[in-house]
Amino acid sequence: MATVTTRTRASTIAGIVALALIAIGLILPAFASRSLIQDLFFILTMLTLAQLWNLIAGFGGMVSVGQQAFVGIGAYAMFGGVILWGWDPVPAILLGGLAAFLLAIPMAFFAFRLAGAYFAIGTWVIAEVTRLLIAQWKTLGGGTGTSLPREATSDIIGVEAIANLFDLRDAAARDVLAYWLALALAVGTMAAIYALLRSRTGLALAAVRDNDNAARSVGVDATRVKWLVFLSAATMTGLVGALIYVQTARISPDAAFSVTTWTAYVIFIAVIGGIGRLEGPILGVLVFWGLQTAFADYGSWYLLALGILAIATMLFAPRGLWGLIHDRWGIALFPVQRRLIFEGAKDG
Amino acid sequence: MTDVLTLTNVSKSFGALKVTEGVSFSVPQGQALGIIGPNGAGKSTLFNLITGNFLPDAGTITLLGRDVTHTAAMDRVRMGVGRSFQIPQPFEGLTTFENLLTAAAFGQNRREAEVADECVAILQDTELLPKANQLAGGLSLLDRKRLELARAMATGPELLLLDEIAGGLTEGECQALVATIKRLHAKGTTIIWIEHVLHALTSVVERLLVLDFGKVIGIGAPDAIMASREVREIYLGLEV
Repeated sequence: MATVTTRTRASTIAGIVALALIAIGLILPAFASRSLIQDLFFILTMLTLAQLWNLIAGFGGMVSVGQQAFVGIGAYAMFGGVILWGWDPVPAILLGGLAAFLLAIPMAFFAFRLAGAYFAIGTWVIAEVTRLLIAQWKTLGGGTGTSLPREATSDIIGVEAIANLFDLRDAAARDVLAYWLALALAVGTMAAIYALLRSRTGLALAAVRDNDNAARSVGVDATRVKWLVFLSAATMTGLVGALIYVQTARISPDAAFSVTTWTAYVIFIAVIGGIGRLEGPILGVLVFWGLQTAFADYGSWYLLALGILAIATMLFAPRGLWGLIHDRWGIALFPVQRRLIFEGAKDG
Repeated sequence: MTDVLTLTNVSKSFGALKVTEGVSFSVPQGQALGIIGPNGAGKSTLFNLITGNFLPDAGTITLLGRDVTHTAAMDRVRMGVGRSFQIPQPFEGLTTFENLLTAAAFGQNRREAEVADECVAILQDTELLPKANQLAGGLSLLDRKRLELARAMATGPELLLLDEIAGGLTEGECQALVATIKRLHAKGTTIIWIEHVLHALTSVVERLLVLDFGKVIGIGAPDAIMASREVREIYLGLEV
């Protein structure tokens, strides 16, 4: 009789490497420079955003161009908690997740009536409306924005302990704390997505993406699956947004709701790396970070180059760089495909 | 013999157009019923009424003794209505095996591990086992048709609805598929089958139902139906 497996040889190695990387990531602040920690914070947060976009668009077929709404509302909710209620910024990150979750409910309600390009535009419009509304909120700086008060950033939970542990100044210790939280969010998000894709719900999500109508005809509750994934991704995106703005400590509606930064770059990362694969955004974020480090000083030329690169990828390697690697060598680090293995046959 | 499905005076209109008008019939357990009729006779609408994609304006639909007239499509799948689509609609990004796994896990509301063996058996029955690990998007038309059948079977149907499953196939392919359907039927699956390929249909079904302008104009043994003057005039357009 046949057995079912998702495991490949590469996935076993990938699992061990992933655990090793997480362990190194945890102890890295002991010897890494502050600028490396800041770079890694950027990479980890962008990676998490890209994985979340990939979940709803790549695995769920819901191409949202409105994810900046969740980054922005998450960041502003965190600021609100700190400025209005005097919360510590770190627990206030949770408010960011809650706010994004609450915003996602009406957003899904309207956007799910739309499909394809209309869904994309609809999510963008809702994000813009949210930005305009937040810009009216004078207590949080209105259209020009505001900063986290010095007394709030000076005694964030855990910063002093980190400063003593690694013999750092407070500012550097705050970066270490933000980095650890980013690492936790990135690992947690990827582990959760991977678990989801390997569960029964993962099959349902793929079925709904490929053919909504047929999915319903085999008993999949398509509406429920879409809501579940959209709300979860929104909540996590809100958490990431709040964390990013704990680190920058300065917010404005234009920056926090930037479609370029929080959606266009994020889509770039997923497209370059490979849509619909967990490996894609990991590769994509490294490419993006490399390009940004090397060329960001060239301003608009840099953006033009990013655009051309994304178009070229979509035309010539529509499944991204990881798609090329997968086609060439058949490697899947985080396989989700259920394969039938027949006794006596070799594990492909 | 108990009836798996009973329609009583079912009617459905789209605006002024009556697509189903006072349709009544029953399908006993284990029987295969064929439905024929010219294009636009309301055959696919009838399927959509049975699956719950459309709700009737009047009349009742009973499935396994329960009134399902207003039951949602998804719940009817779980109660045992499996269907294939006229134009195959595979989950293209999933493998053939995963297509069945999805149907079995959700159609029967069971865990993946519990239904895996059953899926393998259906793949074997429908001759798809060699393609188990291939993406469904890359299958040939015959295999897509087989997958429609296999996926519907995987939902664990008490009643299997086949919508022109033999359409578009070559004669050889058609015979291969008919042989598969015969095997499934021989195992006791109740079937309602809409088909234009008459010889395929009549080689399997015990009864034929003729639909024209939304009305049942004949139901009975295939030979008797095909011999009837009215059916020949309406359906085959013959001047007899």
